[in-house]
Amino acid sequence: MIIMITSQGTTLKSKPNQIFGRSLMFIKYDTENDKWEAFMNPGVNEPGGASIAASQFVIDQQSSAVISGNFGPNAFRLLEAAGIQMWTFDPSCVSIEDVVNAYKKNQLTPFLQSRKN
Amino acid sequence: MKIAVASGKGGTGKTMIATSLAASLAPGFVIHFLDCDVEAPNAHLFLNPELTGISPAVIAIPKIDPDLCIACGKCVNVCQYHALAMIQEKILVFSQLCHGCGSCALNCPVSAISEEEKIIGTLHQGKTKHGIMHYVGKLTISEPMASPIIHKLRKLPQTNPDITILDAPPGASCAVVSTVYDADFILLVTEPTPFGLHDLKQMLGIISQIGIPAGVIINRHGIGDKVVETFLTQTSIPIMMKIPYKHEIAIGLASGKVLTDFKPVYRRKFRALFEIIKAHIIADPGEP
Repeated sequence: MIIMITSQGTTLKSKPNQIFGRSLMFIKYDTENDKWEAFMNPGVNEPGGASIAASQFVIDQQSSAVISGNFGPNAFRLLEAAGIQMWTFDPSCVSIEDVVNAYKKNQLTPFLQSRKN
Repeated sequence: MKIAVASGKGGTGKTMIATSLAASLAPGFVIHFLDCDVEAPNAHLFLNPELTGISPAVIAIPKIDPDLCIACGKCVNVCQYHALAMIQEKILVFSQLCHGCGSCALNCPVSAISEEEKIIGTLHQGKTKHGIMHYVGKLTISEPMASPIIHKLRKLPQTNPDITILDAPPGASCAVVSTVYDADFILLVTEPTPFGLHDLKQMLGIISQIGIPAGVIINRHGIGDKVVETFLTQTSIPIMMKIPYKHEIAIGLASGKVLTDFKPVYRRKFRALFEIIKAHIIADPGEP
């Protein structure tokens, strides 16, 4: 299963990013074989619609779940319509590795509703 | 001739300068005043136009016909504002991000996109007691896109004036560029503080890219520090006026008056400023 995590850097030791649309990087992680890859977020430098560009990227990567600190209303609408699960990590996760482990142990919080647009 | 008044930092005195320039030139010239600060227009509070004409500002947003759509994704790729996304062969429209440019409909190979009208604000016009034609755009609350309504406002005047004065929104974003991009001269109003300087530099960066001659007015001169003046000595941008920080100016503005009306000495200063601006435009016509 492919999950995407918003990251401040390019490795599993990097800090996870609280922000979705303007996160610098995404770590794409395959939970079946523990292979991973880092991607620049195509939305990060967009003047507008960053979260939509980021969501479209997550969708196009065939991910089943995405993990971040928060999701805005546009990202929420798009990811929900695409059937991608959204999860948030808690402050005890200081690296992408921690987030992946928390995901595997089912310790993350599902993100079920965004603030109103 | 088009003169834009911009600042970067908000609250530095753009509208005070723009209204003073308009009012002091109105006796001799046909003036159009365009209040392009569509999120919070306020020049009408000073110029007191009788706003008679009102029209809706409409943009065309895409409507996808799911029966015709072949899910090729071309519309998503051409939309530089990310107002469209595709999931499971379905196109989603985020109308609040749409600038109404029409690229999606134009590029759809099967004509599955029609355009729906969406009202994003209102455009008003009227004459002031100074004889200035006043034009103002008001963005509807909760609409996030200022640029499309500024473009509509810019097209509103039906006649050609001697001078158009463009009162820009604060900041250094798309809305400011939409206001100043074709000006002949840009007056940058700043205050002598590190914050004023920081945002002035952002505006100078934009201006140097679009190649329009510019000058700086330092408002509230006497507060803060010398950072703005020190910085400008290292550039080719002239300081064109300094307006002191004075209680009587604040009182006059707070009572809704134009600076040049309650301090007539500034009329002469603003007319002189206009002559200097003209000389700059002749010396440096900017990019064609």
